[in-house]
Amino acid sequence: MKTETKKIVAKTGNEAAAYAMKQINPDVVAAYPITPSTEIIQIFSKYVADGEVDTEFIPVESEHSAISVCIGASASGARVMTATSSQGLALMHEILYIASSLRLPIVMIVGNRALSGPINIHCDHSDTMGSRDSGWIQIYCENANEVYHTIINAVKISEKVNLPCMVTMDGFIVTHGMENVLLLEDEEVREFLGKREPLYSILDVKNPITVGPLALYDYYMEHKRSQLEAILKSKKIIDEVFEEYNRKFELNIPSFIEEYFLDDAEIAVIAMSSAAGTLKEAVDLLREKGERVGILKLKITRPFPYEILRKKLENVKVAGVMDRAETFSTMGGPVSIEVKAALYPAIKKPVIQSFMFGLGGREFSLDDAFKVFDILKKIKKENKIEEEFIYIGLRE
Amino acid sequence: MKKILSLKELSERNTGLTSGHRACSGCAFPSIIKMVVASSDYPVVISNATGCLEVVSTIYPYSAWNVPWIHVAFENAAAVISGVESAYKVLRRKGLIPEDEKINFIVFGGDGGTYDIGLQALSGAIERGHNFLYVLYDNQAYMNTGVQRSSATPFGANTTTSPPGKKMSGKMQHRKDIIEIIASHEIPYVAQASPSHFGDLIRKVRRAFEIEGPKFIAVLSPCVPGWGYNESETVELALLAVETCFWPLYEIDHGVYKVNYKPKEKLPVKEWLLKQERFSHLKNREDLIEEIQKRVDEEWERLLRLDGQKIF
Repeated sequence: MKTETKKIVAKTGNEAAAYAMKQINPDVVAAYPITPSTEIIQIFSKYVADGEVDTEFIPVESEHSAISVCIGASASGARVMTATSSQGLALMHEILYIASSLRLPIVMIVGNRALSGPINIHCDHSDTMGSRDSGWIQIYCENANEVYHTIINAVKISEKVNLPCMVTMDGFIVTHGMENVLLLEDEEVREFLGKREPLYSILDVKNPITVGPLALYDYYMEHKRSQLEAILKSKKIIDEVFEEYNRKFELNIPSFIEEYFLDDAEIAVIAMSSAAGTLKEAVDLLREKGERVGILKLKITRPFPYEILRKKLENVKVAGVMDRAETFSTMGGPVSIEVKAALYPAIKKPVIQSFMFGLGGREFSLDDAFKVFDILKKIKKENKIEEEFIYIGLRE
Repeated sequence: MKKILSLKELSERNTGLTSGHRACSGCAFPSIIKMVVASSDYPVVISNATGCLEVVSTIYPYSAWNVPWIHVAFENAAAVISGVESAYKVLRRKGLIPEDEKINFIVFGGDGGTYDIGLQALSGAIERGHNFLYVLYDNQAYMNTGVQRSSATPFGANTTTSPPGKKMSGKMQHRKDIIEIIASHEIPYVAQASPSHFGDLIRKVRRAFEIEGPKFIAVLSPCVPGWGYNESETVELALLAVETCFWPLYEIDHGVYKVNYKPKEKLPVKEWLLKQERFSHLKNREDLIEEIQKRVDEEWERLLRLDGQKIF
């Protein structure tokens, strides 16, 4: 299919997500309203009301029940989706681990938002970073277009590896920001996904199964190891699915990472989500001045693509890692800690500076992006790191 | 109304729970579960809250269930069945499950997972009108974690978190009225039953299965270690709870109250209380026993007043 024949429309991240859901036409959607992802479910409700999808929509009384409904439906063989943000994801926390350990495909769209307190409705990654070790695949999208295409891929990935998958976008910045989205046709989406073919279903009354038993010290560890096996295998499947999608629709949707002038970069910034866009703009302007700077956009954090990072950052002298969530470890945010851990065994690796930015929706401007590069240039020149982590855009 | 099954007929049916489960000897719930599952004329799918029942029946790699069964967590069994039942509806509509394949959806939850931590999910599932039967096996405390008080624990009972001491004599609050809470959702069928009156229990379960929408049955489930009695006396304890009107048998069918059993001679509640270790410290506390009796009498009179009336 030629790209020119595709439909480009203006949509917010939430609208793009809801539209992807409509085209996917999942069997069951359960959700509870929470800012800033509420719109996804509002728009989807209208699709349900107008009969544009065949979905059973369950407007539950809490996010805890939303994810519980999703588990019940996924264990029944249904294609299942939900959406949430912040406190809602935190309320699901206990159940997230159960969804992944039961190996149930569920796709959850998350509008990233800071966690209380103080209560704040704007973007940071403290919500999904808090769920980082729950056994879910985590994909962070930069813009509405990426959200739309990634959701479609996530359904296929999730069902192929039998693991739940979060697709996230920055609250308000992407959820409510309008951008160009290149849409596929309904049939293209449905043909790409096909029907879900579950390994087991608790609705198969002729072949009864017990789901969610008690396993103590004699079996729990084996369960965790086999769960890890699925995550390990997912790396290949994630790449394969994105590759198939890009080939089929002549697109270039990144899977684990996206490189931006990284080939010959001496200074690189590792960033996720919408901040990558701002940093790319800064790179464009710095490149005009002949500076060898680049971006490594990290799109998937679970499973963590440490092999790719080691390879791609081999020749970089200084790298900055942008974090939008605190860990209170006093070593910086979760991504920078993981990047450092990923690179530690590498023989050739950059010096790494951790940055914190954008907490609770604090603006990350082009000037801030330049400031990041200035700090990295200084580190390169002086060959030393002075501060363990640096807060960008902090009112002091 | 569907035919009432005899115990002989029931015994020839699939009871869901096989032998080899690890429930305490004398535990009431295996009989309750078996009667409920065998009462279904169609295959069942069960969602189970965390608790004794889940723990004793599914120690990996074994399972005592020969029907589809799912456990997710303590407080969400009703939400899980909402998902299962919704998947069933949509997959049937899409032709992925045969149109004529009827399934009865059941939740089993203890008192902690029903009166307390699971109340919100249960209320939500009922309000949304999912088609399932919720069966509460009420042993009146958190037995799985070592007999801690729940909001179903009766006034005066000794539990590990409401122990009798110098200042207090066991639990100092009366239990929640779960039937009234559920009934106020205006759901089609709510009932209270006891394993001692198994004919009544089976009839209620079969009545519930006839109705489309959410149904709720609370079944008293005497607990040997939690209540403190001889393991051969389980049914007797359940019977005494009914004969003293501590646990009246009644139902609210489409809003109409019906007291199903009126004891010829209402026994004093003391006879039920003092058969149990958990109330033994009340032996010399006539004042507290009187307070319990007063509460039982008031509740019984209220039920008799409502008998035959339509409340919604």
